[in-house]
Amino acid sequence: MKCREFVDFLMEYLDGSLPDGQHATFRRHMEECPPCELYLDTYRETVRLGKTCCEEPEGPVPADAPEALIEAILAARREGR
Amino acid sequence: MAEDSSDKDLIERMLRGEEDAFEELVRNYGGRLLAVTRRYLPSEDDARDAVQDAFLSAFRSLDRFERQARLSTWLHRIAVNAALMKLRTRRRKPEQSIEELLPGFLEDGHFAQQTPGWRTAEFEDVAERRELAKLVRSSIDRLPVGYRNVLMLRDIEEFNTEETALAMGISLNAVKTRLHRARLALRELLEPHMRRESK
Repeated sequence: MKCREFVDFLMEYLDGSLPDGQHATFRRHMEECPPCELYLDTYRETVRLGKTCCEEPEGPVPADAPEALIEAILAARREGR
Repeated sequence: MAEDSSDKDLIERMLRGEEDAFEELVRNYGGRLLAVTRRYLPSEDDARDAVQDAFLSAFRSLDRFERQARLSTWLHRIAVNAALMKLRTRRRKPEQSIEELLPGFLEDGHFAQQTPGWRTAEFEDVAERRELAKLVRSSIDRLPVGYRNVLMLRDIEEFNTEETALAMGISLNAVKTRLHRARLALRELLEPHMRRESK
């Protein structure tokens, strides 16, 4: 396995959906290739950062909805739209 | 933000048709849902229309709301779906390529560049974490829209592959491919800021 293929299989490896044979090849490559092991760590870190940085306590506190929008929603409801 | 117990009360009041309960719901959650639809829709008018669609859809399906669920989570999902629905009605622009954001390899299949470790643990205090969050969000915004939305749905909204495929109108395989490529591209965008030796 080359680094390029290792990268192709990263997601399936992390999902646990890599077939047994490929899983063993993937693990073997990782043990022999420190850059790929680091790449896996940073890929995993990317997923974690994407999630935590977009969750609301970390994200900006949303302002109230504009009054015109609130009124439009309530009017549409009254009209039975 | 209302607590769960008052949310339950709010639902009961809406089911009884109490007008002020609908207004309370819109005022409590309108800003939050607008922040959600803005993530998917670059046009402010579209984002607001999607919020309106989401609330009207929620009002129509109040009787199907499962009482053990959280109201905020339920509304959030409806808003995401309303935003994606709105996105689909817009004329599709040619999909921007993601190739230039993907990692490069040499002809022999090895990495073209070194893989440095990241300094995530160094972002310790609140201000640093806030800066990091801003960096990650702005990097996600730089992804081509078809990839960004799959990443948002799968990794952030926690839709499963089938739900994402349905919401985006694409195949299961396309969801998997786009998610992986979006993560790779996001990783490349973050790396110059995260590599240990760059500090």
